Amino acid sequence: MRLLATTIIALRALRRNKLRSALTALGIIIGVAGVIATVAIGNGAKVQVESQIASLGRNVVTIFPGSFSSGGARGGFGSASTLTIDDMEAIRRDVADIVAISPEVSDRNQVLANGLNWSTQVRGVSPEYLSVRAWDTDTGTMFSDQDLRSAAKVCVIGATIVKQLFPNSDPLGQTIRIRNIPFIIRGVLESKGFNFFGQDQDDTIMVPYTTHMRRLNRRTTVSTILIESASPAVMPRIQQDTTDLLTQRRRGREPDFTVRNQLELAQTATATARIMTLLLGSVAGVSLFVGGIGIMNIMLVSVTERTREIGIRLAIGAHDRDIRVQFLIEAMVLSVLGGIAGVLLGTGLSQALSSVTGWAVLVSTNAVLISVGISAFVGIVFGFYPAHKAAKLDPIEALRFE
Amino acid sequence: MSTPVVQLRDIRKTYRNGDLEVHAVRGISLDIQIGEFIAIMGASGSGKSTLMNTLGCLDRPTSGEYLLDGVNVADLERSARADLRNQKLGFVFQGFNLLARTTALENVELPMLYAPRRVSGEEMKRRAMAALDIVGLGKRFDHLPSQLSGGQQQRVAIARALVNEPRLLLADEPTGNLDSKTSVEVMGVFQRLNEQGITIVMVTHELDIASYCKRILVVRDGLVVRDEPVQNRMIASEQLAKLHSAEAEAKLTTTAPAA
Repeated sequence: MRLLATTIIALRALRRNKLRSALTALGIIIGVAGVIATVAIGNGAKVQVESQIASLGRNVVTIFPGSFSSGGARGGFGSASTLTIDDMEAIRRDVADIVAISPEVSDRNQVLANGLNWSTQVRGVSPEYLSVRAWDTDTGTMFSDQDLRSAAKVCVIGATIVKQLFPNSDPLGQTIRIRNIPFIIRGVLESKGFNFFGQDQDDTIMVPYTTHMRRLNRRTTVSTILIESASPAVMPRIQQDTTDLLTQRRRGREPDFTVRNQLELAQTATATARIMTLLLGSVAGVSLFVGGIGIMNIMLVSVTERTREIGIRLAIGAHDRDIRVQFLIEAMVLSVLGGIAGVLLGTGLSQALSSVTGWAVLVSTNAVLISVGISAFVGIVFGFYPAHKAAKLDPIEALRFE
Repeated sequence: MSTPVVQLRDIRKTYRNGDLEVHAVRGISLDIQIGEFIAIMGASGSGKSTLMNTLGCLDRPTSGEYLLDGVNVADLERSARADLRNQKLGFVFQGFNLLARTTALENVELPMLYAPRRVSGEEMKRRAMAALDIVGLGKRFDHLPSQLSGGQQQRVAIARALVNEPRLLLADEPTGNLDSKTSVEVMGVFQRLNEQGITIVMVTHELDIASYCKRILVVRDGLVVRDEPVQNRMIASEQLAKLHSAEAEAKLTTTAPAA
C-alpha cells in the first residue's frame, strides 16, 4: 500500500507551507478551543450547583407550611403557620426509612457577647438537624436530646459568629445573650460558606427548638420540617407518605402544606446549567463548522495554487487516488492538529478564566475526545471536495498552468 | 537487432473543439532504437507537443498503435499509464517543474514515492544521491530550488527523471529557459547520459541545440516531414572548452589595461 508514501508526501507538502497550514488550522483551533472552554465553564457551573445543593443536606425532604392551592385570599407560600411539633412526631412515627428529622423555627435577633453585638439568625432545631444538613461541629458538641427535653439555654454557633463576637478568645463554654437570655455555647459549627442563594450559612446560632419556642418567641408552630431519607431512591415515597399522612391529619381540610424533595431542586438547578452548557456548546459548535468551511476554502484555493505541483506529480506517476489521499491527509492532519491545539488552548483559556473570575471550570475528557473526533471528521468532509477536484486534473493542462 | 524502445504505427490525434475537428497528429509512424538521441523540431501548432504527450503516455492517441518496450500502451487507462510514466519514462520540462521549498534530494525522491512497489527510505536516499551524483550535484542535495541556478535546477530535474531508471528520457524544451552557456552544459549532461546508453527524445526549436542530438525529426501539420541524422554533430564538452578559452581571453583583454 502506498499510504505510507502518500502520508510522507502530504506531511512534506504541509511543512513546505507552514504559514498557510497554520492559517488553515486556525479556524479549527478557535472552534475547538471555544467548545472546550464553554463546555468546561458549563460543566464547572453544573458541578458547583450540584455541590451547593449537596451542602443543603443529605437526601432531604422538606415540608413547608402554607400552600399554593389555598382558596380565597392567598397568603402565599410559607406564610401560614400550620406545621406543628405533633405533625413532626407523627411523621417520625408513621413514615418508614427516615434517618433523621428536625423542625426549624427561626428569627433574627440582636445577640451580645464579649462586649460585642451582632444581628443574626437564631434557629430552633433538634440535635438531628446537623445530620439532615450534612453538617458537623468543628469544636465542642451539638446540644443533646436531654437539652431538648429540658429546653436548656444552650447553643452552637457558626463560624461567622465566632469571627464577629469572639475574635480573640475561645467561645466554648462562654455565654452569649439572645433577647437578654444567657445561652451557654456548647460547640462551634464547621464552616459551610455561602449557599446557592448567596447567604452566609455560617452566620447562624442554633438552639433547641423547645427553648426557641418557649423562651425566645413563644410560637406553637414551626417554619419547616426537614427529613433525612435513608437513600435518594426512597425520597419520592417519603414525600408521598408524608403528604398522605399530613392530609389525613387535617381530616379533609384544604392541604395547608407543601412537601418538596431535594432532587426536584437539584434537577431544576442542573437543568438550568445543562441548558447553559448546551447553548454555549452549540455556539461553539457553529464556530467549529465555520472552521471546517475555512479549511475547505483554503484547500480549494490551495488546489488551484498548486495545480502545477499536481501536474508534476501526475506526470511522474501519481495515481488519481494518490493525489486524492494526499489532499485528504493534509486536510485531516490540519484539522486534527488544529483540534489538539484547540484543546490545549481551550484548557488554558478556561484555566485563565477560572483564575480571573473565580468560576469553577471542569474540562471533561468527553468534550476533548468528541471535539478532536469532530475536527477529524470535519477535515475529511470538507477536505473531500478539494481533494476530488485535485485528483481529476488533467496532467497536460495542469503542467501548462501558470 | 533488439526490439525498438518505441514503435509508433499510424498515430492520429484529433481534438474536438465544439463542431470543429482539429487534427493535431495525422498518421505518424516512427521507430526509436535503444541508445538514440532524437530532437523533434517544429513550429508551434505543428503537432510536436501532441506527439511528445503521446510518447510520454500523458495523452492517448485517437487511433494507431504505440508499442513501448514491445507492449501496446495506446489503450491503457489512466492509472496504468501513470505507472508506466513512473517506471519506464523520465520527464524533463522547460520550466524545470521542481517542487518549490523542497530540497533537491526530496525532489529526486518523488518518483520513488509513487513507485508501484514500495521503496525503502534508505534505498530511496541512496538512489536519489546516485542520480544527483550523475548530474554532478551530489554535494548540493540539501539545497532548495531557490538556492540553485537555472542550469542546476534543470540538472536536478534530470536526476529526478533518471532515478527510476527509465527506458526513455523525454525532454520538452529543456534549454528553453536557460542562457546559451548553461544550455550547452545541460546538453553536455544529456550527451553523457546518452553515451551511457540512455535513449533520449527532446523537443526543441533551436537548431544549434538540436545539433547536439544524433537524429532530427521535423514535424509540420501533424506529420513528420524530415527525418535525418545530424551532420556536423556538436560535442558539448568541446563547445564548453571553446567558451572557456574565449572567456579567458576576454578577461585578459579587459583586465590588461587596468594592470
